[in-house]
Amino acid sequence: MEWVNALVQGILLGGLYALLATGLSLVFGVMRVVNLAQGDLTILAAFMALAIADASGANPLLSLLVVVPVLMLLGYVLQRGILNRAIAGGVLPPILVTFGIAVILQNALLEIFSADSQGLDAGPIEGQSLRLTDQLAVGWFPLATLLVAVLILVGLQLFIGRTQLGRAFRATSDDADAARLVGINDRHVYALAMALALGTIAVAGVFLGIRTTFGPLDGPVRLIFAFEAVVIGGLGSLWGTLAGGVILGVAQALGNQVNPAYQLLAGHLVFLAILAFRPRGLFPSASIRQQA
Amino acid sequence: MSLLEIAGASSFYGDFQALFDVSLSVEEGETVAMIGANGAGKSTLLGMIAGLLPTRHGDVRYDGRSIARLAAYDRVGLGISLVPEGRRIFPSLTVEENLAIGTYRGRRGRWDVASVMELFPLLGLLRVRSAAVLSGGEQQALAIGRALMANPRLLLLDEVSLGLAPVVVGQVYKALPEISRDGTTILLVEQNIEQALGVAERVYCLLEGRVVLQGRPAELERGAITSAYFGI
Repeated sequence: MEWVNALVQGILLGGLYALLATGLSLVFGVMRVVNLAQGDLTILAAFMALAIADASGANPLLSLLVVVPVLMLLGYVLQRGILNRAIAGGVLPPILVTFGIAVILQNALLEIFSADSQGLDAGPIEGQSLRLTDQLAVGWFPLATLLVAVLILVGLQLFIGRTQLGRAFRATSDDADAARLVGINDRHVYALAMALALGTIAVAGVFLGIRTTFGPLDGPVRLIFAFEAVVIGGLGSLWGTLAGGVILGVAQALGNQVNPAYQLLAGHLVFLAILAFRPRGLFPSASIRQQA
Repeated sequence: MSLLEIAGASSFYGDFQALFDVSLSVEEGETVAMIGANGAGKSTLLGMIAGLLPTRHGDVRYDGRSIARLAAYDRVGLGISLVPEGRRIFPSLTVEENLAIGTYRGRRGRWDVASVMELFPLLGLLRVRSAAVLSGGEQQALAIGRALMANPRLLLLDEVSLGLAPVVVGQVYKALPEISRDGTTILLVEQNIEQALGVAERVYCLLEGRVVLQGRPAELERGAITSAYFGI
């Protein structure tokens, strides 16, 4: 029963990892850019929620109404203003630019909020759980996190699969020149993709902040988990990201069950095994498969 | 007033100048062919008209206004569609989605999924297939269909016969009169002189980035065309 419990908690933890990785997956899928500032933007979102909750006294979940639109706007401006220029320079410049943004964010957060660890208090929902059997209980908040992750990923998948703008995302990802020839402004599409990605990052940051403590320098660790989830699932595939997050969460929970010291190690080992034996991940996306 | 008027335009690939002081005009409703050897600048010319390559010096005027500084995606909205060399269809989209994306910035008109499928019946059988698995001829039909979905006034066709079996080339060229029937202007680039002379009302010949010959096919001597084509 302990193992079943570990498995269930791992799946729920995977929901958080999937949420953390969605923005990374989306940005890579549309513009083939690895956003190294992903983790720090997540932490930025958590601190924004903290500032809003402190100032207004409202539940940090309500701060999503502000944090999500603000980060989406930031994503659009960042892409239009800086990253589009970097993309034009090839593969390396955007990586360097996002790395620079990460460093700037870390230091700015350190300056404003100090190095103290913080947490978001979402009220009683954090402690309540759904009792399935005598020995198995599921926390409402982790369950809600997983549901939100699934909803966001299903929503994104429907948007990209079914709408004209979603088709434009895929077309631009395939061939930006050809996309311009059918009337798509590729720079605008990239900026919209980054805005969507930062919207998901905002949600991830607030949920992360409610679930665990966070500090200004925690971004890179979050980036590693997100990156592992994306690679396990397959670069650029949104379903793969969900699967990757869950696999990473389960690996960590089972490792923790063996010995609490093995929690992170188990996740990294699964990541390494996938890289070694299925380097394109479990569910490589269609467009990447065709390029190979 | 001509639909398309290029006056003394030059264009570059990076530092390499591919077009020198090119002037030409295309009337509304005309079908005009651009012939020339490999590297003569034909594709560059179409790329410049579509907005993929910059216009340096000179001007490109369309429907009476200068479009030389306009982005490629804005030119689509004005009615300029390019079927690029190498088809450049979107491999991660289905056939139907490739057609649908053609309307992204397009104008309303006679071309929609149904009428494009009527023009190229083979596409009808492949609607939900991934465009990546199509044969060369099917891809070419799809690329032309995608451009038509925008209901262009000026359709630019770049080497549509390249790499296709002769029977498929015949099918593609058979569609051109049907496309121009309601007044759509066609400017096509072709290496095959016979093919070009057969379908065009007027021909321009490019040599090393310059216009060296122009006229109506019936009025041009074969010898003159050959020497303009090869520069001998």
